Amino acid sequence: MKNELPKWADYILLPLINLTVAFIVAGMVVMLVGENPFEAAYILVRGAFGYGGGIAYTMYYATNFIFTGLSVAVAFHCGLFNIGSEGQAIIGALGVALAALTLDNLMPWWIVFPLAIIGSALFGAAWAFIPAWLQAKRGSHIVITTIMFNFIASSIMVYALVELLKPAGSMAPQTRTFEQAGQIPKLDWLFELFGSSLQGAPLNLSFFLALIMAFLVWVLIWRTRFGYELRTTGTNPTAAVYAGIPPVKTIVITMLISGGLAGMMALNPVMGDQARIELDFTAGAGFVGIAVALMGRSHPLGIILAAILFGMLYQGGAELSFDMPNISRDMIIAIQGLVILFAGALENLFRPSLIRLFSRFSRDSDNTLAEAA
Amino acid sequence: MADQFSKAAPAIELSGISKNFGPVQANKDIDLVVEKGTIHGIIGENGAGKSTLMSILYGFYQADSGTIKIDGNAIKIPDSQAAIAAGIGMVHQHFMLVKNFSVLENVILGAEGGAILNQGIALAKAELQRLEEDYALDVDIDALIEDLPVGLQQRVEILKALFRGADILILDEPTGVLTPAEADHLFRIFEQLRDQGKTIVLITHKLREIMAITDDVSVMRQGQMVATRKTSETNVEELAKLMVGRSVLLRVDKDEAIPKEEKLTVKNLTVKDDRGVVMVDNVSFGVRAGEIVGIAGVAGNGQSELMEAISGIVTPESGSIHLDGKLIDEYGSADPGALRKRGMAHVPEDRHHVGLVLPFSERENAILGYQGDDAYTSGMFLKMDAIEADARAKIEQYDIRPPVTSLKASNFSGGNQQKIVLSREMERDPVVLLIGQPTRGVDVGAIEFIHKRIIEMRDAGKAVLLVSVELDEIRSLADRTLVMFAGKIVGERGPGASEGELGLLMAGIEDGEEKHE
Repeated sequence: MKNELPKWADYILLPLINLTVAFIVAGMVVMLVGENPFEAAYILVRGAFGYGGGIAYTMYYATNFIFTGLSVAVAFHCGLFNIGSEGQAIIGALGVALAALTLDNLMPWWIVFPLAIIGSALFGAAWAFIPAWLQAKRGSHIVITTIMFNFIASSIMVYALVELLKPAGSMAPQTRTFEQAGQIPKLDWLFELFGSSLQGAPLNLSFFLALIMAFLVWVLIWRTRFGYELRTTGTNPTAAVYAGIPPVKTIVITMLISGGLAGMMALNPVMGDQARIELDFTAGAGFVGIAVALMGRSHPLGIILAAILFGMLYQGGAELSFDMPNISRDMIIAIQGLVILFAGALENLFRPSLIRLFSRFSRDSDNTLAEAA
Repeated sequence: MADQFSKAAPAIELSGISKNFGPVQANKDIDLVVEKGTIHGIIGENGAGKSTLMSILYGFYQADSGTIKIDGNAIKIPDSQAAIAAGIGMVHQHFMLVKNFSVLENVILGAEGGAILNQGIALAKAELQRLEEDYALDVDIDALIEDLPVGLQQRVEILKALFRGADILILDEPTGVLTPAEADHLFRIFEQLRDQGKTIVLITHKLREIMAITDDVSVMRQGQMVATRKTSETNVEELAKLMVGRSVLLRVDKDEAIPKEEKLTVKNLTVKDDRGVVMVDNVSFGVRAGEIVGIAGVAGNGQSELMEAISGIVTPESGSIHLDGKLIDEYGSADPGALRKRGMAHVPEDRHHVGLVLPFSERENAILGYQGDDAYTSGMFLKMDAIEADARAKIEQYDIRPPVTSLKASNFSGGNQQKIVLSREMERDPVVLLIGQPTRGVDVGAIEFIHKRIIEMRDAGKAVLLVSVELDEIRSLADRTLVMFAGKIVGERGPGASEGELGLLMAGIEDGEEKHE
C-alpha cells in the first residue's frame, strides 16, 4: 500500500493539480506579453464552451484525440509505447479515401461510412503491423520504429496526394471533394435539440463512433480474455510466458488494435469535415493522443475527459489568438505544450508529495475502516 | 567483550513506534532495545511488521509516531543517507546490486569520493582489503556480480554496509537463498563482526537460526512486539508459540506413501540457458502418482531450469518428457498453456516475477494461466461473476488474508501470496504438480498449512515434484529425494536420509568417495 493514492485522487485530484500548475505557468506567459491572464482564461473557456459552435468545435477536436488517445492507451496496457498513432492515422486516411472515392457516387452514406470505418482501421492496423512484428520477433524497439514510420507515412501521403490522388489539372496536393455520400452527417440535430446550432462547426457522427470505441476498449481491456492477456504481458512478461500467453501474438494483435484505432481518427477530419484528404489533416492529433492517454491514465473514461480538455485548448486557443492579437497562434501552441508537459511528461511530478500528504492525513479514516472490517 | 559494552547506551532504542499503511497497521506502539555488540534476532510471521520496523530504522519509511535513539542519541532518520550517517547499514532480502558491475564498483556506488574515480577506487581498494581480512569475507573484489553465487553476492552487500562505516548491521532474511554451509559461513562472519563490537539485527522467520546465532530475540506478531527474551533462556517451542499465538506443529504428520503408476517420466533431459551453458545435464527420473519426489540441492545447480523445462517455459536441448504416459511433443515450441490443459500444474519458485502479476487484483491472479478455461471465459469474454465466486471460495478454503478479492496481489504478505498461487494450481485437479520453493519467505503458520496441503495432494493421488533449497522441507515432505549438483542428479535417497548425508551430496561429494578430503 505504500505507493498508492486513493482512486479518486489518482484519477481526478492529481490531473487537476497538474492542470492548475500548467495554467499558472501559462498565465505567466500571458502576463509576459502584457495581457491579463484572467481575461485570457475567460476568453479561452468562453471560446470553447460559451456558445453552440464553440462547443461543437471543442467536441470535434476531442473526437480526434479520443481515437488517438485510445490507440496509445491500448498499447500502453501491453507495455508498448506506440508513438506512431500519427503515422497510423495518416495511412488510415488512405483507407477512408479508398472507400469514399470509389463508392461515393454509387451508394448512400450509410453504406460508405461503415466501409470507410473498416478501411481506416485496416490501413491503420497494417501500418502498425510492421513495427509490431519487428518488436515481437526481432526486438527492434517500438518507440524508434514507430517514430520512423511517422516520417515514412507522411512522405507516402505526400506522394499519394501529388502523384496518385490529385485530380488532373489541380494545383493543390489534395484529393477531389467527396460527394455527399462520401461525407459523414453532421450533428445539427443534436444541437437543435438544445435550441442551439452547430454554426458551421464540423462536429459529425464520428464523435459517437469515438465514444463507442471508448466503451469497446474498456470492454476489451477489462472484460475479455485477450485484454487480460495483453495486460499480463504488459505488466509482467515472465508471468505471461508462465501463463501460456504467447508474447509475439499478443504484441502483434495489440498493435493491430492500436493502429486500427489511430487509423479511425482519419474519419473525423477527412470524411467528417474537409470531405477530402488534405496534407497535414492530422494536425498533430497522434502526438496529442500520447498526452491524452497519459493524462487519462489509459482509462477510456479518463481519455474522453482529457480529450475534451485538449479540444477546449484547441478551440478556445483559436478564439484567444483572434481576440487578443498579442497572443499569437504560436503562443497558443506554447500553452498547449505546457499542458502536455505538466499533464503528460511531468504527470508524476506531484505524486510523491501527494502520497505523503495522504498517508499523513488518512490515518483517522483508516482506523474507522479497520474497525468496520 | 560483553562487559565492556554492557554499561554503554544501547545501540538501538526504539520507543512507541507506530506506522500505518492505509487501513493496515503495520507497527503498533513498538519498543525495542538492542544492546551494543550483540546479535539481536527479530522473529515473526510474514506480515508481522518486521520489515516495516527495519525500514523505519533505515529511513525508507517515516514512523507515524515514536522515537528512535541510536547510541543514546535521539535522532530522526528521514532517508537512508541519514541512516548511513548514523552508522546503520542494511542488507536487503533482495540484493541491491548492479549485476554487470564489479564488486568494487558496487561497493563504492554512492560513495565514489568525487567525480574522478581513480582516487576513490584506490582508497576503496585498500579499505576493502582491510575489511575482507578483518571479517574473513573472502570475495574477489574485481569479480562481476553476475558471476558470483548468491552467497558471495550477499557478502558484497555486507561489505557495502561496512565500507560505509556501519556499526549496526540489519539483515533481512539473509539465509533465504543460502545453502546450510553458506549459512554457517555467514554466521561465522556475524560472530566475527560482533566480536569486533558491531551490532547485528537479524530479521528472520527461521527459528533454528535464532537459536543458533543470536544473543537476544524479539518476537513480533501482527504489528506488535509481543516478547523479548535472552536466547539462552528460551526454546523453539516457546518462540513458535509466541509468533503464531498458538502451538504449532513443527513436524509434518504423514502416512507412508502408496505410489501407483508413473505420471511424469523424464529421460536424458538436457537444458541450456540463454548463454548456451548446460544447466541440466542428461537427467532421468520418474514421479509416480501418490508420491512426493523432492529435489534437493544448492540453489543454482539446475533445479530451476529443470522445472522450467518440465513446465514448458523453456525448450530443452534434448531428451524427452512424458506426462501421464504420453510424450510431451509441444516441446518443439515450449507451451506452458497446452501443458496446463493436460494436467501439469506449476507453482513457480519466484512468485513475484513468475507466479503472480503483482499489480493485478487477487481474483485476476487466481486465474493466471487458466484464463482460457471454460470455467472463467465464455467465448472471448471473461466470466466476471464466476471468477469472483471462484476467488471467494479459494480465499475461504486457503484462509487467504485479507479476504478481499479486489486487493492487489502486491498488498498481500508473502505467505498469503503463496496461498494465492497454491490455491490456483492445486484446485484444478492436476495430474502432476510441480512445486518450487513452496515456503520461501513464508511464515511459520503458513508453512504448516502449505505442507499439509502438499501431503493432501499426494494422498489424493497426484504426482508431486518438489524443489526446495530448504533441506528440512525436503526431508519432512519427500518420499524420495534426488540431489542435484552441477546439473546432474548425483544421488537418490529414501525418506530416512540424514541431513549430513544429503548435505554431502549437495556439495558434490558423491557416495563417500571423496569423504576424506
